[in-house]
Amino acid sequence: MKKLVVLLLVFMMGLTTLSGCASKSETANKKVFKIGIVQPMDHPSLNQIRETIISELQAQGMGDKVEIITKNANGDMNLLPSIMQELLNDKVDMIVPIATPAAQAAMASTKTVPIVFSAISNPVAAGLVTSFAETNGNITGVSNSIPIEDIFKLANTITPKAKTFGFVYNSSEINSTSGIAVAKAYCDKNGLKYKEATITATADLQQAASSLVDQVDAFFTPNDNTVASAMAIYVKVATDAKLPIYAGADSMVKDGALATVGIDYTKLGKQTAAMITRIVNGQTIKENHVEQVAEYANMININTANKLGITISDELKKNFVILGQ
Amino acid sequence: MTLLIGSIQLGLLYAIMALGIYITFRILNLPDLTVDGSFSLGMACAAVATISGHPFLALFIAIIAGALAGLATGLLHTKLSIHPILAGILVMTGLYTVNLAIMGGKGNLSVVGSKTVFSMIESMTVAQGGMGKTLLALSICLIAIVILSIAFKTRFGLAIRATGDNEDMVRLSSINANVSKCIALSTGNACVALSGALICQYQMFSDVGSGSGMVIIGLASVIIGETVFGRRSVTIGLISAAFGSILYRIILAFALKIDMFPAYALKLISAVIVIIALSGPSIQAIIQQNKIRREVNSHLDIK
Repeated sequence: MKKLVVLLLVFMMGLTTLSGCASKSETANKKVFKIGIVQPMDHPSLNQIRETIISELQAQGMGDKVEIITKNANGDMNLLPSIMQELLNDKVDMIVPIATPAAQAAMASTKTVPIVFSAISNPVAAGLVTSFAETNGNITGVSNSIPIEDIFKLANTITPKAKTFGFVYNSSEINSTSGIAVAKAYCDKNGLKYKEATITATADLQQAASSLVDQVDAFFTPNDNTVASAMAIYVKVATDAKLPIYAGADSMVKDGALATVGIDYTKLGKQTAAMITRIVNGQTIKENHVEQVAEYANMININTANKLGITISDELKKNFVILGQ
Repeated sequence: MTLLIGSIQLGLLYAIMALGIYITFRILNLPDLTVDGSFSLGMACAAVATISGHPFLALFIAIIAGALAGLATGLLHTKLSIHPILAGILVMTGLYTVNLAIMGGKGNLSVVGSKTVFSMIESMTVAQGGMGKTLLALSICLIAIVILSIAFKTRFGLAIRATGDNEDMVRLSSINANVSKCIALSTGNACVALSGALICQYQMFSDVGSGSGMVIIGLASVIIGETVFGRRSVTIGLISAAFGSILYRIILAFALKIDMFPAYALKLISAVIVIIALSGPSIQAIIQQNKIRREVNSHLDIK
């Protein structure tokens, strides 16, 4: 039995080495720039970024020059290092990680292959770069720090009576905790109160949100990937209690949160694609500092507003991107 | 109040998973780790069937899928002599891909807008405040307990229980212990998948990562229940597992309500509450022992 297993393993190892050879010779013939796009999970905003990057590279006439490999960890963060390793074995010329966990895994895997990240809310807190202007390593990209303060200002316009906010977020997501830190500072400065409920998995969300309903006037959640995966139940708890949710991502508003000052993920994808193009065409990482996404937009879900009995004046409507019609 | 009702509803739905875990861990006495996978499997099957407009069929498909997952673990264990823990882990790992495939390659599927058993009961009953949902969850849970407790009193059920108690004796009595094990694992995982399916319809989404940690939650429920009810007959055991699940959710709700500590302290607080709840009998036993010791000592003094 043991011998059989050993034989089988040897056979399989042989196969993998052979397949490795095959892919190598293929690239040598084509001489294309291999780009590995990695996203940690299936998620509407992340998918939108990925698709925009791909279509934008095509639009810029890079279609023949680059070969794109897309990878998805499907929510299993432990898989990300292996995915990176696989891409490196595949001899990619650039890794494009979307969202913080993917970028951190990419950075840990290579110090030489260029990395251009996308959709990182706080690259400094995530330890990817020391500052926005210093890209001395092999990593740069486009950051989308959420304008948290603007979201609270927007909340004040739509629901001026909301004085106590319930923060619901995953305490293990750095993008959330850094967003929450900004939110707390803003609330403290402006005399708003807040209560927190943290989760570690989608299964905790219902109880966490319910624990706050009778203590708060509105919910606030930054661009939290775990909460975004379970918006349905979050929205149900909030809507049943007639409380609005202010969120940090447009996809969450699409799924039923009331409003956000959000990033247009298409624009984020285009900006990332532009940076990729520059680097493929010969620029260095050092020349490309970390960029902030350039444009923000007010977004509101009109269905949710109706359910909550909130009327939006026509004048206000003009300034909004209306979702959920 | 919303929190309490929500917690009880969740507790009742997760109770069905606790029943499954009670069957494998306590009745069959076999640590089955397939649960994390079969819970998500139930969710995935239910989500796909619910979206295509079959909320009831969704539950049955989930039950069958869960039973097959349990059977896979059982066969790996009995036919290939793989250690049961490893067999469970292997099936759980494999199911991750299966679940993604079922959900069409997506890690997260929303069933918002589709008819679910819960939305149907809500629209049928006049009662407000989630009463219909609670009753539905309660009745499904009760039906499961009744069916299982009757099943474990039949001849075959007794054979399964005997396999858990003393496998060698069962084999000597020329009962096929392997069949008992496979059937018990199938039943257990069918319960787990049904629970996953109900949670999917209740929370209106299915996420491939939702199953992780379910073994621990289920096991905690079973043991909390045992602390309250003690280890007695199978029927009481099943009831206590379900009760433990509700208690676990209420404990979690309590932990969420405690504001004294920073928000990230949640897991530690809930662990401490569970420890306090579980230490009850031990402390009682220590007090009892001390009392006896003192009495004996006083007797000795008299002599």
